[in-house]
Amino acid sequence: MQSMIHARLKVTRNDFKLDVDLQLPGRGISALFGHSGSGKTTCLRCLAGLERASDAYIEVNGQVWQDSRRNHFIAPHLRPIGYVFQEASLFPHLTVQGNLTFGWRRIPAQSRKVSLDQACELLGIEHLLNRKPATLSGGEAQRVGIARALLSSPQLLLMDEPLAALDGPRKREILPYLERLHAELEIPLIYVSHAQDEVARLADHLVLLDQGNVQASGPIAATLARLDLPLAQGDDAGVIIEGLVSSYDSHYQLLGLQLPGSTLELRLAHAPLALGTPLRLKVQARDVSLSLAEDASSSILNRLPVTVSGHQAADNSAHVLVSLDAAGSVLLARITRYSADQLGLHGGQQLIAQIKSVALLG
Amino acid sequence: MPLDASDLGAIWLTFKLASLTTLILLLVGTPIAWWLARTRSWLRGPVGAVVALPLVLPPTVIGFYLLLALGPNGWIGQTTEALGLGTVVFSFTGLVIGSVIYSMPFVVQPLQNAFTAIGERPLEVAATLRASPWDCFVHVVLPLARPGFITASILGFAHTVGEFGVVLMIGGNIPDKTRVVSVQIFDHVEAMEYQQAHWLAGAMLVFSFLVLLALYSSRRGKSAWS
Repeated sequence: MQSMIHARLKVTRNDFKLDVDLQLPGRGISALFGHSGSGKTTCLRCLAGLERASDAYIEVNGQVWQDSRRNHFIAPHLRPIGYVFQEASLFPHLTVQGNLTFGWRRIPAQSRKVSLDQACELLGIEHLLNRKPATLSGGEAQRVGIARALLSSPQLLLMDEPLAALDGPRKREILPYLERLHAELEIPLIYVSHAQDEVARLADHLVLLDQGNVQASGPIAATLARLDLPLAQGDDAGVIIEGLVSSYDSHYQLLGLQLPGSTLELRLAHAPLALGTPLRLKVQARDVSLSLAEDASSSILNRLPVTVSGHQAADNSAHVLVSLDAAGSVLLARITRYSADQLGLHGGQQLIAQIKSVALLG
Repeated sequence: MPLDASDLGAIWLTFKLASLTTLILLLVGTPIAWWLARTRSWLRGPVGAVVALPLVLPPTVIGFYLLLALGPNGWIGQTTEALGLGTVVFSFTGLVIGSVIYSMPFVVQPLQNAFTAIGERPLEVAATLRASPWDCFVHVVLPLARPGFITASILGFAHTVGEFGVVLMIGGNIPDKTRVVSVQIFDHVEAMEYQQAHWLAGAMLVFSFLVLLALYSSRRGKSAWS
């Protein structure tokens, strides 16, 4: 992985200590994930220069933004970033258009990569231009906030829990726009969140923060599937599988998704999609059961041959977490310890994984 | 005509004094208020207290010290003499200096409250949108603090109009130079010219009421930042 963002930060504040060394990819969405108080927002604020860590080295795209050893610190307004706050934080004295062009007007014309029209179209806010922020709904305001950050043509986009202040329907209103950004933008985005579903939907790279330390950092699918991390322990544990649409059965209305690098296919009930469309699925560990032999009498749609690659006691002693290799893709299964003993579970064992349901993300 | 030439002169002088004082206070008070609203220095308390002193001190006390400082033996007086400006006591300039100090808290405190109410976030947003601190002050802070500036101007102006003790101590009673309306009323009463005093005092009463009415009516349901 070619690292484009390097941030080594040490912050000590009252009873909180942050000590991280982040290497993040120069493209795609990197999620900083952790409980409140884990230091994820502080990391983001240090990257933006809104907070000045006493001991820090920050380098983005080959430019050093902070090097405390040389007492070098670039002020936030000189960093080519876009920042989306948890609350939209629009300027109340300006119209939506005034807000959108605030950063845009402050960069040289030749540096402008996004036009007002493009940003409005991307976030669906064309009709709001003449409104005052006070008249917008929470979801609309946050879309304006995101577009405003984009219009400053940043080289790095930072988002601090942009959906946390919104209710469920508003969240679902914005997520598709974030996915569009992901698909259409070339610039890296660092996304702070404590919501696992958002991270699973959006992120390519996952950094797990715990009490000011990096617990894990890696590609999302591999990191979510790691048995040694608390993510795999929860009831919500599961893996992400990215694949391409490979078939469509119009009679049964089943969409086939080919697992990367294999001939295995997962099927789900869905409207037809063009062959080759990339899709991201979540498979929950609790929805995967294991059997020794192919059981054609079952109603379960997806049955894949897998090899046991590891197992570990779950957060309670009645369950076992099993990691499985399905022709290169990783699956997690959460089964009872009783069943594990009945199967004679061991590493390298060939089993059939029966997947009760798969969820399409986005 | 119920108001004679000396009354009109006093009104014009008062207007001139209050306008100039308000203008100077907005220029001087804005950086002080900004500093008080933002600093974490230990000096914040002492400076805030000094600015607020005119709220509690009898005007005669301020006037007494100003008289000493501005007089020929005071440090300000010696400086102005060394600069060839002469002493400024018993002059319009002296009145302006006195009024600026006397009305300082009425301008600084509304501004400080307005700046505090804006909070950190708009400044951070502006910084992430490439606005330098000065750019941010002009294009974000000033517009957001506008109600504070209006309040500060009205209070600074009105309070200077209502000044009496300080004027008497350092300005004396020189027609068209230092004799403001409040002093003119005092003179009328001293001279038993109650009819004249009524007209001027009544005008002041109406003026003050209208100013405060405008101020309190404009303050309905406006929040600076949401």
